Amino acid sequence: MADMKKRIIDAGLKGYAWLENRLGLIKPMMDAAAHPTPANNASWLYVFGSAATVLLILQVVTGVLLALVYSPSASEAWGSLNLLNHNIALGWYLRALHGWGSDFMIAIVILHMIQVFLFGAYKFPRELTWIVGVLLLLMTLGMAFTGQVMRFDQDAYWGLGIGASISSRVPFIGAPLVHLVLGGPIIGAATLSRFFTLHVFVIPGLLLASVGVHVFMVLKHGVSDWPMPGRIVTKATYEREYHELTAKTGIPFVPDAAWKDAVFAAAILFAVMACAFYFGPFGPSGQPDPTIIQTAPKPDFAFLWIYAVLAFLPPSIETPVMLVVPVLGIAFLLLLPIFYSEGERHWARRPVAVLMVSVIAVSLGIFTRLGTYTPWSPIMEAWAADATPIRYLHDRTPLERQGAMVLQNKQCRNCHSLAGVGGLRGPALDAIAARMTEDQIIRQVLQGGGNMPAYGNALNPSETKALVAFLETLRGHDLAPATDASRTLANASAMQTPASREMPKSGTP
Amino acid sequence: MSELLKHPGESGNEDATPEAKAAAHSRRTFLFKLSVLLNAAVGTVLAVPIAGYLLGPTMRRSTSAGAWITIGSVDQFPVGETRLVDFNSPAARLGDGETAKVACWVRRISAQQFQVFAINCAHLGCPVRWFAQSRLLMCPCHGGAYYEDGSRASGPPERGLFEYKYKLVGNSLTIHAGGMPTLATQASCSEKQKPLIQIQTANDSHGTEAS
Repeated sequence: MADMKKRIIDAGLKGYAWLENRLGLIKPMMDAAAHPTPANNASWLYVFGSAATVLLILQVVTGVLLALVYSPSASEAWGSLNLLNHNIALGWYLRALHGWGSDFMIAIVILHMIQVFLFGAYKFPRELTWIVGVLLLLMTLGMAFTGQVMRFDQDAYWGLGIGASISSRVPFIGAPLVHLVLGGPIIGAATLSRFFTLHVFVIPGLLLASVGVHVFMVLKHGVSDWPMPGRIVTKATYEREYHELTAKTGIPFVPDAAWKDAVFAAAILFAVMACAFYFGPFGPSGQPDPTIIQTAPKPDFAFLWIYAVLAFLPPSIETPVMLVVPVLGIAFLLLLPIFYSEGERHWARRPVAVLMVSVIAVSLGIFTRLGTYTPWSPIMEAWAADATPIRYLHDRTPLERQGAMVLQNKQCRNCHSLAGVGGLRGPALDAIAARMTEDQIIRQVLQGGGNMPAYGNALNPSETKALVAFLETLRGHDLAPATDASRTLANASAMQTPASREMPKSGTP
Repeated sequence: MSELLKHPGESGNEDATPEAKAAAHSRRTFLFKLSVLLNAAVGTVLAVPIAGYLLGPTMRRSTSAGAWITIGSVDQFPVGETRLVDFNSPAARLGDGETAKVACWVRRISAQQFQVFAINCAHLGCPVRWFAQSRLLMCPCHGGAYYEDGSRASGPPERGLFEYKYKLVGNSLTIHAGGMPTLATQASCSEKQKPLIQIQTANDSHGTEAS
């Protein structure tokens, strides 16, 4: 028996020797895995890069599996996704894994970037590692956007329209660019095919190659040591200091440091599986039929902030901002390590870096939050679906009630809320008469202004009269009605008794 | 490099004089450089048609894809009303499926006067909806709003809605439709291209091609 065991082991060793003699890759890879790394970076904050790689592998595997069923054709893609969701055993789960894996990958890549930035790990000699990392972030976002197009539903269709409209704003080459993006004059078969090519061949190829270069450079320069306040990076001394530190405190990366990476990667994979199982796949929403206009297209989570920013830019600066700011932002990220390759690494000595991360994080958070409920969009059904609050109809004259009807019927509620229900585009009307006089309300309704359309052509005089009469009753919790101070003065100067003309007409006659 | 086998012919090189080595070296180097040149030439010849294939969609012929198509009988459109009409894009190709369909808003001003608006908001292309009561077209994406004549009412759009050219052929309404309308690619593939980006003035002319 023992003889048997020995023979099997011998055969195994001989097989390994044969393979390594021919291949020559196993030992170098094992050596690379076990390379010494400073003990101080075997930390739970150094695990994001490996987790992102694990998620990339998950995306590749689930993507290949989805491609077994998915049909990248404009007439069939939406149907094949529904087939995956409902008719293919566990198809829904694979779609959910791929979708949640994508969201997690973006989150982990951004965490990785924030950690590297705050730890000053992009400084000498790891500048190029950072630059390739920025390209990896852009490719990850590119995968997210093209992946959203793969889900060829209403959101994907109109998202492509938004992409084409942004392209059309590029000076001089706008029109050819639109046709290059769409693959033709309309969003259709050619559009889906080219985004499929990008999503499945072009970007993944570049992504995997760039990850290879990124990891190669990490091995070449070593994982950055834990920053200490006052320990300055200079090109003359850093590499010597790093090698001394590694020689003094070095531990083999595998297994002494890598177990934390492995545990975190497992936790992330488990989180992806849990989200996929409990929340299921993303969409597809309605079919990509552009004649179905009862839709409110919205991009995926990672791009909601852009969607929000596009709602707030004034028309006059929108195109320049849309085209210039992304270029500047990306250029800043790419050039950052070139201009700041030396100096302090520790976040406590880099207040500007900490401030930048905080401001950007808060801004993106706010815009994303706004993107989830789009307060700038009219609520298309509000006028017909949201009831007028009963307390606003109590004790009102027939004219005022008629005005409440006008308010509903003319779609005012699409943009203005009453009692917290309705659109958020314009101000809530609950206390409008406490802020505006009757004259001001009439002017605003008929002529518009301040982002409100003019309703002069949509209201006849009796409708206007009724509407304003109703609005005059909306004074919150019995606030004083707005008064026009100039009227009082005018009346006073006309030598009339001030007491009798003190107040303009009250809203409730 | 020492682990790699030497080419049999090269083994003598080590004994040769530096001049001889240089001579042998330079001929091979020359041939190698020549071969690089050859490949550069072949690569260029290969690349030009590939670039042409890739840039094909941007070429003039496909961008001006558009045709006059009939979208319905005039009687379908009561004077003073704005109605949604679907048609199949003349620019559609094999496999476009549902995406070949296009919707537009047809407003009949008088017996002979129409306005045909693209469904796409002039801001970022989302589909606008008509509200007959308030006589407004509203966009669900970023809250752009337009008056019934298509001019900008409020919100982020910098101009009014895109309009298709139309003509009345007998009793039917015909429009010139083509690519997806954006700021750079107008809805009606007009002969004279309007400027790329323009802020619309108050009294811009509409629907001039009534016949």
